[in-house]
Amino acid sequence: MMPAPPLGLVAELTHRCPLRCPYCSNPLELVRAGQELDTSTWRRVFDEAAALGVLQLHLSGGEPTVRNDLPALLRHAVGAGLYTNLITSGVLLDREAIGDLAAAGLDHVQLSFQDIDPAEADRIGGYAGGHDKKRAVARWVREAGLALTLNFVVHRQNLERLPEMIAFGADSGAGRIEIAHVQYHGWAFENRSALLPSREQLEIATAEVDAARTRLNGRPVIDYVVPDYYAARPKACMGGWGQRLLIVTPAGKILPCHAAESLPGLVFPRVQDASLEATWQHSDAFNRFRSTEWMREPCRSCDHREEDWGGCRCQAMALAGDAAEADPICGLSPFHERVAAALMESHASAAPFIYRGVTGRKKLPAIAVRANR
Amino acid sequence: MTTIDGSVVPRFAPGVRLQFDQRRNAWVVLSPERVFLPDEPATAILRLIDGSHSLDAIVADLVRRFEAPADRISADAAALLRELSEKGVVTL
Repeated sequence: MMPAPPLGLVAELTHRCPLRCPYCSNPLELVRAGQELDTSTWRRVFDEAAALGVLQLHLSGGEPTVRNDLPALLRHAVGAGLYTNLITSGVLLDREAIGDLAAAGLDHVQLSFQDIDPAEADRIGGYAGGHDKKRAVARWVREAGLALTLNFVVHRQNLERLPEMIAFGADSGAGRIEIAHVQYHGWAFENRSALLPSREQLEIATAEVDAARTRLNGRPVIDYVVPDYYAARPKACMGGWGQRLLIVTPAGKILPCHAAESLPGLVFPRVQDASLEATWQHSDAFNRFRSTEWMREPCRSCDHREEDWGGCRCQAMALAGDAAEADPICGLSPFHERVAAALMESHASAAPFIYRGVTGRKKLPAIAVRANR
Repeated sequence: MTTIDGSVVPRFAPGVRLQFDQRRNAWVVLSPERVFLPDEPATAILRLIDGSHSLDAIVADLVRRFEAPADRISADAAALLRELSEKGVVTL
């Protein structure tokens, strides 16, 4: 049976980024500028995506605005009928550049924030002056008439300021605020001990989000992504492997999820060699964990197997050492105790951040870890 | 559950649009980081969200075109709009 067409394409235009967030979802092995796909190849990829049934294009990175051809790429995507979403840190944008993107037909901007306290935000992002710039960018995006989502990435070192984050979001003119707990892949997995919140912090945060939702009544909408280390059941990662999304890396690899390159034994086709359609429908990489045939127990006979699709394959690899295991977040996984062990280790730790960077892992001076409140 | 005044003119929120998708041969709602694939009755309602139809006008239009009791169409339309309003897809 042919898989249903994908809903979205995440185009990682580049891995270059002026920020160095220690929870970046990019792989530890970053693509260099010289290996990036050129403008005409990206245009072809967008055309192939639209023909395959992709509805939304998420222009991501790295920081997508480092690409000088971004307005041209955007115009091409709009012409192909794609809904366009720019996922940006904002720090390289100015009012004129935002006006150019709006004129090119951009539909929506997702602007990331590292914190609400400027000094802390700049420390976490590893970029001086970034936070104040982001606040200006939020204003310019709304002035340009573009729909805006603010994305706050939260973890142990900034969760105590969640109420201020929500208050800023509510006043910003954004239609949505995402409160996204760090997901522990890539750089975030390296920094897990410095980032995992305590259960008490998580419970306070969840109660604050619930209260804000009631108070704000959808203006703006608050989306809340919980850290699944504390969940009883795994998430349907990417809405199921090979079911909703595909990702194209800066160098052209076609992936079912951001972290898929961390899985051994899978060969991912490249847009230089294979079409998106052939890859989506026929490649071993997309079919390997699609649907339920690949599952072992406890997933195989589980009533939830078509809700969570076994959870996250990369998390199974990272925690259980085997991508075909149930996501160890699940209480039924024989490896579930490793999640509790990671939490214990984190609570005892004052590990410094390992900042993301192209030159490899670099330990920066230790920072004070706040007491849990 | 609050009732919606019939004179309210629903509009798609900023960054939201209804579009016909050739590949799926169906109307789709595209919104910030979300896609909705409405069924046929929902599509009939959504296609009348144009910034000029009030809820009453939407219901009147549907009553002319579909064989269903007016009070049921009215309840269905109001329920759909309320749900989409809570999700930030339409403004009322």
